[in-house]
Amino acid sequence: MTVLVDKNSKIIIQGFTGKMGSFHADEMIKYGSNVVGGVTPGKGGSKHLNLPVFNTVKDAVNETGADSSILFVPPAFAADSAMEAADAGIKICVAIVDGIPSHDMIRIKRYMRRYTKSSKMTLVGPNCAGIISPGKSMLGIMPGHIYKEGRVGIISRSGTLGYEAAQQLKNLNIGVSTSVGIGGDPINGSSFRDIIEKFETDDETDAILMIGEIGGPQEVAAGEFAKENMKKPVIAYIAGLTAPKGRVMGHAGAIVSAYGESAIEKVEILKECGITISKNPSVMGDTVKSVLEKM
Amino acid sequence: MDIHEYQAKKILSDFGVTIPRGGIVYSPENAENKAREIGGSRWVVKAQIHSGARGKAGGIIVCNTPLEVAQATDKLLGKKLVTNQTGPEGKIVNRIYIEEATDIEKELYLGLVFDRSSESIMVVASTEGGMSVEEISKEKPETIIRSKIEVAVGMQNFQARELAFGLGIEPDLIRRASDTIIGCYKAFSELDATMVEVNPLVISKQKQILALDCKMSFDNNAMFRRSQVSELRDKTQEDSKEIFASDRGLNYVSLDGNIGNIINGAGLAMASMDMIKLAGGTPANFLDVGGGATPEKIVKAFKLVTMDEKVKVILVNIFAGINRCDWVAEGIVDALKKIEIKVPLVIRLAGTNVEKGNKILKESKINYIEANTLEDAANKAVAALNKA
Repeated sequence: MTVLVDKNSKIIIQGFTGKMGSFHADEMIKYGSNVVGGVTPGKGGSKHLNLPVFNTVKDAVNETGADSSILFVPPAFAADSAMEAADAGIKICVAIVDGIPSHDMIRIKRYMRRYTKSSKMTLVGPNCAGIISPGKSMLGIMPGHIYKEGRVGIISRSGTLGYEAAQQLKNLNIGVSTSVGIGGDPINGSSFRDIIEKFETDDETDAILMIGEIGGPQEVAAGEFAKENMKKPVIAYIAGLTAPKGRVMGHAGAIVSAYGESAIEKVEILKECGITISKNPSVMGDTVKSVLEKM
Repeated sequence: MDIHEYQAKKILSDFGVTIPRGGIVYSPENAENKAREIGGSRWVVKAQIHSGARGKAGGIIVCNTPLEVAQATDKLLGKKLVTNQTGPEGKIVNRIYIEEATDIEKELYLGLVFDRSSESIMVVASTEGGMSVEEISKEKPETIIRSKIEVAVGMQNFQARELAFGLGIEPDLIRRASDTIIGCYKAFSELDATMVEVNPLVISKQKQILALDCKMSFDNNAMFRRSQVSELRDKTQEDSKEIFASDRGLNYVSLDGNIGNIINGAGLAMASMDMIKLAGGTPANFLDVGGGATPEKIVKAFKLVTMDEKVKVILVNIFAGINRCDWVAEGIVDALKKIEIKVPLVIRLAGTNVEKGNKILKESKINYIEANTLEDAANKAVAALNKA
């Protein structure tokens, strides 16, 4: 088993024929992902990148058996597309797009409550780099070659900081089982806790690196979950020690507005939860290495 | 995006919340007339800046004659007010709001925010109006009552009633208080707000429930569908470098230090700032040029960072993915042909085609210090600063 995606994942691209959708569909195909088609309303019946284009996600699912999708639609239409995917029976949907209004994200999550746990879609993102299981499948926009195949799980809010971690691990000859970018928005589809739980039950993952940042309660919630429920070691780095209070640091969700949301406070709480802290972003790889050596 | 008090009050009033009579003025003459037009015998002259705590900074003056209103307006207009929220440089007063004075019987607190844990809208209220919510939670936490609103169905009357009774409001005024609370909720949910704070919400001696002061912030990501809100933006209240950045699709926050940063990705930018601090330096800014780091964005980023006179060293840290280091390096070389850099420049490239990228930089005529890791980059930036 691999977390969220593997070689058998049948992927469709929502917003297939646009510039972003076309470029990244091509990158994903080159990486070896099993892309089976895409959706662009009004262009159904045509071909793009030698793959079928459908008008609706339902059509795409019926014709291709797709179970995974990736969204490259503009922010104003993204909520609609995510709900369409959920309704069509897609199991994993990654929203790359940056700029979805928070009110829309809440709407998507409320909409998905109509599904039972077993039929509910997992939404990852928005404003994220996506998911990669090195050597198996990529449902994202990351540079695939910086990820070595291996047994460390990565969860990161930031795209480029996640790349930094993968590169540091590769330089130390440590590989990655799956890397999941959950995105920098205040309200997102999957939280650190949601993904960390999947890694705990994944038999291809030995340890988890969690890359968080200032703002919001999710890092702490994941730490508390790990303390109570996890046997696998968790290593964390929290970015934003020098970020001023009350300012948005690039990511819409990176703002300290309550107790427990600053980097220092998060680090303290995570330590109490038994999580190993990478004290700076330059030693994320080394910290993982030292934890693995003790196992 | 933040708006002024008078704009927020106008919005609330459109949603059925009662506000004191008032009007906006731009000159002392105007102010005197406005006071007469409003009528009554006492007025409050309020400096409009994007900050709370204006009273303590001298930005709110109570007046007893229209002449005093004119004098107070004259005193405040054009002045820079420094509050505990503006930073030492303060914010300029270009607009004055004149309002009839209210005979206050009781001051309450009412705030609405997103609750990120429950992913719903949280209404927070307290009987201790007039203090900041941070002060209330520190000094009188027992007075705080909360209500979580299910956004799919919106706020219900009973929820508003519970809050109103919780605030100890007398039975005759409960209906009016509930309508006020629901009005604030509707403004929040229908206009893509991220924060609505009425502080204080007052009960007057004449038994009216009034929003005496109000702050509202909105979701920048939703402004495409809220043109009537985005028109309320007042750029004079924002840092000029931050405006330059946001108009050009860059994420920039001005800070106090002297090491300027150009980085791709918000997380990597925060991480680089942390490394600078650990190396003994202080960042002059947060700047995320976006994951892609296109050459156009890099040119704009260099322009922006060199606009800041505090900057004594520039650190560029780009992790190139799909956008390859050689392409990024060409962008940097190109940018430096257009913009003259007079301070030491440290560049760290990583990711796809890093060797090619570094080769392009070396073979160009640009004067820079090469760094290999995050740590190396921060150390070299601080060393260059100490040498300069």
